Amino acid sequence: MTTDLAHAGLARADLGVAPAAPAHTASELLAVMSARLLREGQTVFAGVGIPLLAAILAQRTHAPGLTILFEGGVIGPFVEPGKLPPSTNEQRCTRRANMLVSITDVLLMLQRGYVDVGFMGGAQIDRYGNLNSSFIGDADAPKIRLPGTGGGNDIASLADMIVAMKHEKRRFVEKVDFVTSPGFLRGGSSRADAGLPAGGMFRVVTDLGILGFDPESRAMMVLALHPGVSAETIRAHTGFPLPVPDDVAVTEPPTAGELAILRELDPARLYTA
Amino acid sequence: MGVSSYLDLRAATRARDRSLRDKVMSLEEAAKLVTSGEHVALGGCTASRTPFAMIWALIRAGVTDLTVSRSIISTEGDLLYASGASRHIMTSWFSQGIVWGVSKVMRAYTESGRARFEEWSHMAMGLRYRAGAMGVPFMPMRSMLGSGVLDRAEGAKTLECPFTGETLLLVPALNPDVALIHVQRCDAYGNAQLDGLTFMDIDMAMAAKRVILTTERIVSNEQIRRAPDQTKIGFFTVDAVVEVPFGSAPHECYGLYEPFYSHMDLYAEMTAKDPEAGAQAYLERFYHEPTNWAGYLERIGMAELLDARRRGSSIYDD
Repeated sequence: MTTDLAHAGLARADLGVAPAAPAHTASELLAVMSARLLREGQTVFAGVGIPLLAAILAQRTHAPGLTILFEGGVIGPFVEPGKLPPSTNEQRCTRRANMLVSITDVLLMLQRGYVDVGFMGGAQIDRYGNLNSSFIGDADAPKIRLPGTGGGNDIASLADMIVAMKHEKRRFVEKVDFVTSPGFLRGGSSRADAGLPAGGMFRVVTDLGILGFDPESRAMMVLALHPGVSAETIRAHTGFPLPVPDDVAVTEPPTAGELAILRELDPARLYTA
Repeated sequence: MGVSSYLDLRAATRARDRSLRDKVMSLEEAAKLVTSGEHVALGGCTASRTPFAMIWALIRAGVTDLTVSRSIISTEGDLLYASGASRHIMTSWFSQGIVWGVSKVMRAYTESGRARFEEWSHMAMGLRYRAGAMGVPFMPMRSMLGSGVLDRAEGAKTLECPFTGETLLLVPALNPDVALIHVQRCDAYGNAQLDGLTFMDIDMAMAAKRVILTTERIVSNEQIRRAPDQTKIGFFTVDAVVEVPFGSAPHECYGLYEPFYSHMDLYAEMTAKDPEAGAQAYLERFYHEPTNWAGYLERIGMAELLDARRRGSSIYDD
């Protein structure tokens, strides 16, 4: 494994990482921590950006048999390093795939139950894991019209979800302006009651830690913090009360090997800047 | 957008000339098959096999008030708004592509209330075309439930399943007046063979009341008959065939050319500061000033075209 990393060994000042850990961007941290959640043999439905990078990283480390699905209609590709696609709908997504199907048919694989993990990024999330990628402000008179759901709503409705996103107070809000992709809706059994008996939020991976959801209330809680991140810090970056266990786990920082793979995959820093 | 009457839909299909006949025409002639106010569905997805040549011809012909639907809409959505060709787009995602961020042109038109972006989930769009293709008024599905997307989706209904008692979502069929689909090759009759990703195009062709194909090249019917298993869109759905090399530029056409990334960067730059003025300047320079499609490609530039072709044709070189 190459260790030819320009910034290896430099401390990440804002998080106070020990000098021995290789320096990395927040996006690289998200990709590494997310990749580690994927298991060999799983089928993962991945969005473009960090989810795509993380899924490829997992393929190239501990999960060589990971099957990636893209909403463009791709089953089991191996994306070529340095040729990341601009969306999940271009020919770069299809390299060495097992099968190409229509968009509708690959999404129906979610509904049929063939997908272990849905994996996407998020713009705004709330306490119950609901995601907004449609409107900032009132949907009838929005401050910002965002691009919309794409396959996000379908994936979040039908799979166990991993969401990777930057941990900022404006992104972690008490209640999203608009539920584009459903998490646990209003908590408790409200998701199942709405007609979504399967799937739901599994993990939220951020640059501060890894979060899960209480099995009863379905509210977000901290499962692990990244090295150098305190409970106070993660709470300060969250717009709702966030439980942090006293004996909270601490993640292992990205290794030089993991970072080297990411930089080989994305040399132009399209998604890891 | 209401569901078509089944008998009307059948009658319209029966009234079409479904014989094996030559349908080859020019872009300008094909543009006359589309009337202002109609529902036009666009094949491809995001930056792939976008029917740009036909969109270019429709904008030049001055059509207005189209309702446009597509799986995911990219820059062509901006240009349809900015030209006035459409003020109502139905799709699941609207922006040039994630690496270029949120479309500033889409924002300018929708946030000011001058244009409508009707959002459905990706699978809902797919199943709406599929219902249209199947000749049924709706399809049941299990997403969008509980979300804000459902609250704003015109015509979607929930149903207590008569078999299981579960809550299901019913999404209404789409039978577009016209589908515009760009393909790698087809014959003069409209038998189209698609390489790579087919997106929602096969259902869209079956659902639509008319289909206009643009194609990288026209091949003989004999060539089609040598590999009929490769024919994905049948002649009986097709009304017009237009041969347009690089017909989805600056987007990709699987196996032939990749997206023209530098040109897409140029578009993003032109619309960054003053999105509306930028889109108008882009339309003037690339849509109205060239006298034909070759002139459009010349404006994009030979270097870009060759680079996209080089990248596109080397996808399976390992």
